[in-house]
Amino acid sequence: MIKLENVGYVYPGGVKALRGVSLTIGEKGSLAIMGRSGAGKTTLIKHLNGLLKPTSGKVTVDGVDTRKATVAQLSRKVGIVFQNPDHQLFAETVEEEIAFPLKNFGFPQDEIKTRTEWVLELFNLTRYRHHSPLSLSGGEKKRVAMASVVSWKPKYLVLDEPTLGQDRENKLRLRELFEEFMGEGRTIIMVTHDVEFTAECGFNVALLVDGKVSALGSAQEILSNVELLKEASLAAPQMAELFLELEGVGAQPVFTVEEAERLILSRLMAGAEKP
Amino acid sequence: MKTEMAAIEIRNLTYKYQNAEAPVLQNLNLTIEKGEFALVFGPSGCGKTTLCRCLNGLIPHFYGGELEGEIFVDGLNVRETPPAKLASHVGLIFQNPENQLFSFNVERDVAFGLENLGVPPEEIRKRVDWSLELVGISDLKDRAPWELSGGQQQKAAIACVLAMQPSILVFDEPTSFLDPLTARGIFDVIARLRRELNLTVIVVEHRLEALAAHASRLILMDRGKIVLNGEPRKILAEAAERLSLKVGVPSIVLLHRRLSKLGILKDLTPLTTSEMAAQLRGVLTRD
Repeated sequence: MIKLENVGYVYPGGVKALRGVSLTIGEKGSLAIMGRSGAGKTTLIKHLNGLLKPTSGKVTVDGVDTRKATVAQLSRKVGIVFQNPDHQLFAETVEEEIAFPLKNFGFPQDEIKTRTEWVLELFNLTRYRHHSPLSLSGGEKKRVAMASVVSWKPKYLVLDEPTLGQDRENKLRLRELFEEFMGEGRTIIMVTHDVEFTAECGFNVALLVDGKVSALGSAQEILSNVELLKEASLAAPQMAELFLELEGVGAQPVFTVEEAERLILSRLMAGAEKP
Repeated sequence: MKTEMAAIEIRNLTYKYQNAEAPVLQNLNLTIEKGEFALVFGPSGCGKTTLCRCLNGLIPHFYGGELEGEIFVDGLNVRETPPAKLASHVGLIFQNPENQLFSFNVERDVAFGLENLGVPPEEIRKRVDWSLELVGISDLKDRAPWELSGGQQQKAAIACVLAMQPSILVFDEPTSFLDPLTARGIFDVIARLRRELNLTVIVVEHRLEALAAHASRLILMDRGKIVLNGEPRKILAEAAERLSLKVGVPSIVLLHRRLSKLGILKDLTPLTTSEMAAQLRGVLTRD
């Protein structure tokens, strides 16, 4: 469990980025952290592996206070992929980039090989294995950055905007990976603006507004609440928006095309049965 | 030489980056007329960003590599025109705003391009204020770019290009770092600029649902080629039909296709939720 207790953070320049965040992560499934630009989302995840220590309050990772552990120690458990891959990539080839953390964590040679192959395939990168990460497109760089953290299978996988620049196929693969990881007892924490993807994943959602958690609940609850979403500068998934416009059709929020189709067909059939 | 021709005219373009094994763009042909709003989409790595770089001369002037074919932008032959001259005809906003900002404060960053062009200080001040106002960050003009969040940085980068008042704007995933409502605001601004100033706009974007209604044309790229190119409703319907695993087709389009196949909906592919809602209301209240 990662526990944030009344966490406040003030940047050296005086900007108050977090104003008393309390969250327990990893107890009840995975979490999407959402909110407008500048709400403090990135600052928050930097606290999860001790990159930032709270100015006030406390963060513990499986009971260990992040003030009392090094980032290196915490990273084995908490793997973070930041928003901008250019900040993370440095190796000469994609393959070396991915193998580097595995070497650092002291994985045996054959395990490094197996895991490297696995993530290259998983992230659709095999054909670029000998290329420089910096020669790749934005979306591809993002996948290299994710591959090089997913490879060590951290207990807590933290991803800042994982779907940025990703096409449909890569999003589906990402979702499958999340399911696999969660099946193994791992927890995914993602910062994202992608409401459609969050709804598909069915994560819990924490809305961050001005450095505070303004709402916490299931994707169903949060992503259908237009007022809450507006406050966080988000829009509901398109299907949810559609059914909000179609007031009175369906009592539950609708997120997927399949649900929408079923609902409309059942309404039409109910109409047809009327005398 | 400047002749009266389309805003963008690309003929048989094949491009290979230096030291790359294979070309990224392959025999690509594209004409975009003045005043159009073209939305370019396609799978990751299909060459969208490379195409953008060809439009403002970063390719071949900065990246080198092997370029075959011809690119005309605002009537200028890109291969023969220095990027500095192209900059007041075509402005490019990158995927990553950090690549575009380098100064100590936002105001200076926005003024930089204009200073280089020798624009008088009074005019610079006016245009800087105007562009910052447009993207909604006037209050951040004294802040350093590194103090800004990703979304604020991208707005600053957009302001930098707007200040140059080019006739063609090229956006490479401009809202990647923005939250959805802010992104919608930016798209509205882009659409308004295009209408009021008669700009030509080319936007590379994955999030079709937010932008398709603004576009006059959709262009789908795959593996360095243009595979679909035409009127938005038609292209979305085709993409939903055979490419929905490759590209993120808006869910209203997917729903529309399913219900049309069942004979329930008969009208055109919708571009907005309101259009789709109207179609569904027509069916649901028919009895």
